[in-house]
Amino acid sequence: MKDALLAELREIFPPDRLLLKKAQIVPYESDGLTAFRAQPLAVVLPTTQAEVVRAVRACHRHAVPFVARGSGTSLSGGAVPVAQGIVIALNRLNRVVRYDAANRIAVVEPGVINTRVSTIAAPDGLYFAPDPSSGPVCTLGGNVAFNSGGAHCLKYGMTSNHVLGLKIVLPDGEICVLGGDSLEMVGPDLTGMFIGSEGLFGIALEITLRLIPRPEVYFTLQAAYDSLEKAGDAVAMVVASGLLPGALEIMDRIAMDAALAAIGAIYPRDAKAMLIVELEGTAEEVEAERPKLLDVIRASGAHETLVAQDATERLKIWTGRKSAFSAVGRLSPDFIVQDGVVPRTKLGEALAEIESLSRRFGIRVANVFHAGDGNLHPLIMYDGREPGAWERAEELAGHILRMCVRLGGSITGEHGVGLEKRAYLRDMFGDFDVEFMHALRRAVDPLELANPGKMLPSATAPALTARGAHPLERQGIISRE
Amino acid sequence: MSDPIDVGTADELRGLVRGIPEVRVAGGGTKTALSRSATVRVAGLRGIVEYEPSEYTITALAGTPVRDIAAVLAEHGQFLPFDPPLVDAGSTLGGTIASGLSGSGRFRYGGIRDFLLGVRLVNGDGDIVRGGGRVVKNAAGFDIPRLTVGSLGCFGALIEATFKVFPRPESYATLIARSASMDEAIENLQRIAHSAEEPACLDLVDRSTLHIRIGGMASALSHRVERVRRLLRGTVDVVVSDDGLWSESREFAWVPPGHHLAKVPITTSQIGALESEWESVGAGPRRYAAGGHVLWLAWPGGRPWDAVDRVLRSFGRSALVVFGDGKTVQHGVWNPTPFAQRLARVFDPNGVFRLAPARTGPTDHP
Repeated sequence: MKDALLAELREIFPPDRLLLKKAQIVPYESDGLTAFRAQPLAVVLPTTQAEVVRAVRACHRHAVPFVARGSGTSLSGGAVPVAQGIVIALNRLNRVVRYDAANRIAVVEPGVINTRVSTIAAPDGLYFAPDPSSGPVCTLGGNVAFNSGGAHCLKYGMTSNHVLGLKIVLPDGEICVLGGDSLEMVGPDLTGMFIGSEGLFGIALEITLRLIPRPEVYFTLQAAYDSLEKAGDAVAMVVASGLLPGALEIMDRIAMDAALAAIGAIYPRDAKAMLIVELEGTAEEVEAERPKLLDVIRASGAHETLVAQDATERLKIWTGRKSAFSAVGRLSPDFIVQDGVVPRTKLGEALAEIESLSRRFGIRVANVFHAGDGNLHPLIMYDGREPGAWERAEELAGHILRMCVRLGGSITGEHGVGLEKRAYLRDMFGDFDVEFMHALRRAVDPLELANPGKMLPSATAPALTARGAHPLERQGIISRE
Repeated sequence: MSDPIDVGTADELRGLVRGIPEVRVAGGGTKTALSRSATVRVAGLRGIVEYEPSEYTITALAGTPVRDIAAVLAEHGQFLPFDPPLVDAGSTLGGTIASGLSGSGRFRYGGIRDFLLGVRLVNGDGDIVRGGGRVVKNAAGFDIPRLTVGSLGCFGALIEATFKVFPRPESYATLIARSASMDEAIENLQRIAHSAEEPACLDLVDRSTLHIRIGGMASALSHRVERVRRLLRGTVDVVVSDDGLWSESREFAWVPPGHHLAKVPITTSQIGALESEWESVGAGPRRYAAGGHVLWLAWPGGRPWDAVDRVLRSFGRSALVVFGDGKTVQHGVWNPTPFAQRLARVFDPNGVFRLAPARTGPTDHP
């Protein structure tokens, strides 16, 4: 069966785009969640949509599972291969099929890098809003599969809010066109249903993106607090004021220390928590909102406030924030990033509980999070060389996820369920709803060949072997958000 | 046809789905073409389940009038940014989701699909399925809420929905730009759509008149209006108390009596060519909303839709009839996908929801 499939793949792909040797395959064994690793049978590198379709049909014919992969930045293990399955690596399927400034649309193939779209659209004053921290390397195919977020979701939403249409190949090789190029549609939102399906419904071949005009000005400030709770309260006050900031982010002391050490970020050394708020819009609107925001920040008990005076200072604030996670890698050999969501009003309660769990387990936890969305990113630090350390870190992570569900939130805000949080989907949805999702999956993919083992329980679980940061992360190219 | 059966609880709805062969749900009955053949009415399934203003979320039962939701949100300075239509007419939350309709205000932040966070619905087996969540950000599980948007009830009967809401801008003003030609009006539209002016609404209301709504801080409003005015050619008037103007749009008060109404998703650059077609086939009044991405087409009642079908097919577009006799609710291109068909088999194995309003084209079911 495997030999027959390989023979077929050899007909589709030249030898340099069909990787079979151990040394060639190693880079594909893992993704941004490095605790999981599996060895695929082969990796194929299609350069055309037709090759992807042929590869999928071949896998289907021989009932061999396949995993589509972009840059492998998933933080939930979404791109980890299935042992002895096929990896369809899409980085070379990266044409911009249509850039249509008049209609504010770009149609791209899945291997196109996230930030490339905004670069292309910049001369027309347009951009693609979703901005995951891994934007300079992650691909839009991956963004679609996991409905990726970023720091500006409260106002602009996630990937799904910015994708109008898709051309997909179902796991049995059928091609479907969903949605279109208009902001509106007739019929069910199948595009929305496909986005965030974690590869379980097939592979996106073409993605129609909505572009929006870049805001004229930004007003970015960071405010320092002597407790996390005060920073959390400040978020509630900003929200209650009726302002709608583009971003509302919090970092705790450990995360700030890491960022200070890593990139010399401009954070005060005595603060327990830091709030970043960004307003954006026309110069007049932001000018009018500014005093309102400054009043709120003053009243919130910030002991130090820094306003970015120009684009360079704004970038510095954001670089510190976006590099915080890779910076934490300097404090600890290994760490787990969690992605739970709690209602914004429960932020204080959630942070206090994380702190007490951290004490109880004797494990350090850093916090960097999208406070405006209630999207926590606790960073659980451990040393994978210590026996049982990873298991204890995972146990702590599990407590945090269950707390998020108990407080009325979600187990994942933007990283997806992937391999890592499968066991917790039932905590959030209950047996019936998870079984219903499984039935949907089986209806679309009866053989369960497309990315099996992700999101939903499955027999094929990759081995837990590796540890340490992602190689790209160690080089400072990508970061976790 | 017999009168629709009223339900007041989720359990009654489940019982009906298990007990009657065809379930077609109506809410407020405001979208005549879509609710005419209803077998079930959920007007009794109403009420706000949870509303915490500081969370920017609201959860309500499917039969809740949008008007009630808007009133409660307004008390806290918030609103539904996708600008649901037919609010005064009595549209419900569930009907708005199932028909997938958004108003002119969707231009700024997105349509109903962008603000629906979670749903509970009764599937074809009479079981309650939950999708999404009650928090503003959530990536867990399949996005069942989005699938229900525009579904016309073919995947199930909605019980409850959670929406993301936003603070409502404290003031609004509208610029009315009248041009000498349609080309100039379309150029005006394009210029504003590509500017950083962030209008709330951008509608071409006839061949030469553009309505541009600006919302935000009161102290900045007049400056922002001036900036937009400088970008426009033609005669420009400013309406400061513009609620009536946008209510007319939201309620489709501009549709002449005796006319049907269809929603046609398009792109801005098709407006010019489409207009010549509509002129030649004698269509009713038209509006191009949301920066020219949604055509609202009035069509004289009683006239066959063949001409519309022909035009839509030649432009690769489809239409949803909102006001009409309900005989056919969809025209133009119809693209039934195996993806939708496979999902529908799980949601509705017995075809209880199958006879959703008829469509033209190769199949009447997605």
